[in-house]
Amino acid sequence: MDTRALKIKAAHIRMDLLTIIHRAKTGHTGGSLSNTDILTALYYDVMNVDAANPKWELRDRFIASKGHSVESLWCILADKGFFPKEELKTYSQFGTRLIGHPNNKVPGVEMNTGALGHGLPISAGMALAAKRDGLPYRVFCLMGDGEQAEGSNWEAAMAGAHYKLDNLIGIVDRNRLQISGTTEEVMGLDPLDEKWRAFGWHVVSIDGNDMDALVEAFHSAPVVIGKPTLVIANTVKGKGVSFAENVAAWHHHVPDDEQLKLAFSELEAQIAELSREGQVI
Amino acid sequence: MNSIPNRQVICETLLELAKTDRDIMVLASDSRGSAAMAPFANAYPEQFVEVGIAEQNIVGMSAGLAHSGKKPFVTSPACFLSMRSIEQIKVDVAYSNTNVKLIGISGGVSYGALGMSHHSVQDIAVARAIPGLVVMMPADRHETKKMTEALVRYDGGAYVRIGRNPVEDVYPSDDYPFEIGKAVTMREGTDVTIIATGETVRVALDAADRLAGDSISTRVLNMHTIKPLDKEVIVKAARETGRIITVEEHSIYGGLGAAVAEVVVQHHPVPVNIVGIPDEPAIAGKTSEVFRHYGISAAHLQELAHQLMHKQRAST
Repeated sequence: MDTRALKIKAAHIRMDLLTIIHRAKTGHTGGSLSNTDILTALYYDVMNVDAANPKWELRDRFIASKGHSVESLWCILADKGFFPKEELKTYSQFGTRLIGHPNNKVPGVEMNTGALGHGLPISAGMALAAKRDGLPYRVFCLMGDGEQAEGSNWEAAMAGAHYKLDNLIGIVDRNRLQISGTTEEVMGLDPLDEKWRAFGWHVVSIDGNDMDALVEAFHSAPVVIGKPTLVIANTVKGKGVSFAENVAAWHHHVPDDEQLKLAFSELEAQIAELSREGQVI
Repeated sequence: MNSIPNRQVICETLLELAKTDRDIMVLASDSRGSAAMAPFANAYPEQFVEVGIAEQNIVGMSAGLAHSGKKPFVTSPACFLSMRSIEQIKVDVAYSNTNVKLIGISGGVSYGALGMSHHSVQDIAVARAIPGLVVMMPADRHETKKMTEALVRYDGGAYVRIGRNPVEDVYPSDDYPFEIGKAVTMREGTDVTIIATGETVRVALDAADRLAGDSISTRVLNMHTIKPLDKEVIVKAARETGRIITVEEHSIYGGLGAAVAEVVVQHHPVPVNIVGIPDEPAIAGKTSEVFRHYGISAAHLQELAHQLMHKQRAST
């Protein structure tokens, strides 16, 4: 998919995720909006996955370690046909499988995540299995930046480098905000790139809402044979919706009717703009 | 006296099975020596993973390996494996339903002189509360072999605790049927039942021998699987012997005794005595010394059985 089409897709996914959060009156709005571009790049351009055969042995694996930003994932899996789009209406409802974190009862979800600091160790195990079996799949693990404070990430970081897991791609959704404030106020992370480099990873730092940069970074990994890759995706929390951008309170704030309408008009304008660009080309 | 520790038996059994099953993997947290897994690491380097001293990562990586079709056996000291990585066990193993076998080595008070940091006498309580997790303790080397074979066949998460040192045999050989979740009646008896698990099965058998001399007919149940629990055999024992003593190398809270009491009180209430480690940092010493201190001994079980017999006679 060309990046203009990917950007249009991302805007549609943002409208879908706002819709399900608004309907359920619960959700992690800010994080889902910030990681939508990352997930759109992965699911519509980068990863080899097959909705008709979700357990295909050679599929690329995606592990949402920051499992709380699940709404974008549900909307993408539904859009890709892993489950009927109609089911999105059950998000967060009694007895649903579309809960507030990734749930492996849903086709396309590998593992139950949500407890922070679990995704990278799991991903390292999957990447090691691929290496030992000589299989070509890659493993993408999306972490939050606040989540970097979990020590288990660094245990897995050491193992990833030790076992030369160049089929492992860690992504940090670096939106710089967590529930209590900025990441640097809560528990300073910078220089995050140097930390990962010191742990033996190849680090690239990009604009995590720039579709071209995301696609390029994911496709080119591994750049260094024998080294796992860490993509620091510098994102804007609440991206795509002006009033939610960079506001910590939107971590799990739910849009009201008026805000939903406003967000839709902004996203529709983005889609119209992107479509016009396409016609010019 | 047997000189082969259970950890060595696990290694030998896996070495044998790995000849034909390339999916078996062993992971260690700088523990290949204490887990007696060096021979496996040397024989099958492609099926061995050293994770370093990182118990959270060892369980997380194992879950990832299992998700990819491997059969990982995590071998790590029980005190750390059951506590430091309990969230990974709960979420990555039990909740995600991955085929990870957690072998807690040097469990109970095996590291007797090292203090509470290195004792694991709360692990069964914790593991038992995790949905779907199989929890087991083998009684001797023969049972360890049977259990390891059963674990390779079983598709799901399991926590197994073994001790560090060789234990005296309770079975003459490994020529007997073993089934996960099915207790073994080691002795038939009609007056009292002693239910034991792991290394205390030997203690229970010795107590039964003493009680036979006192004309007290003692049933001994080897509850090698604490979860799923063999409820039927417990209710039968309650009904037929009317008195139960449990004995375990574990806290008196939440372990075998608690599991048995949960069944007895709901299905056929009879007196139950729970013998184990009290709610305190266990005293330092060799396993045998610690056992004796807390009454995990044939002599103490004998005495308790007499008390139970007397109490009931007095009340009727």
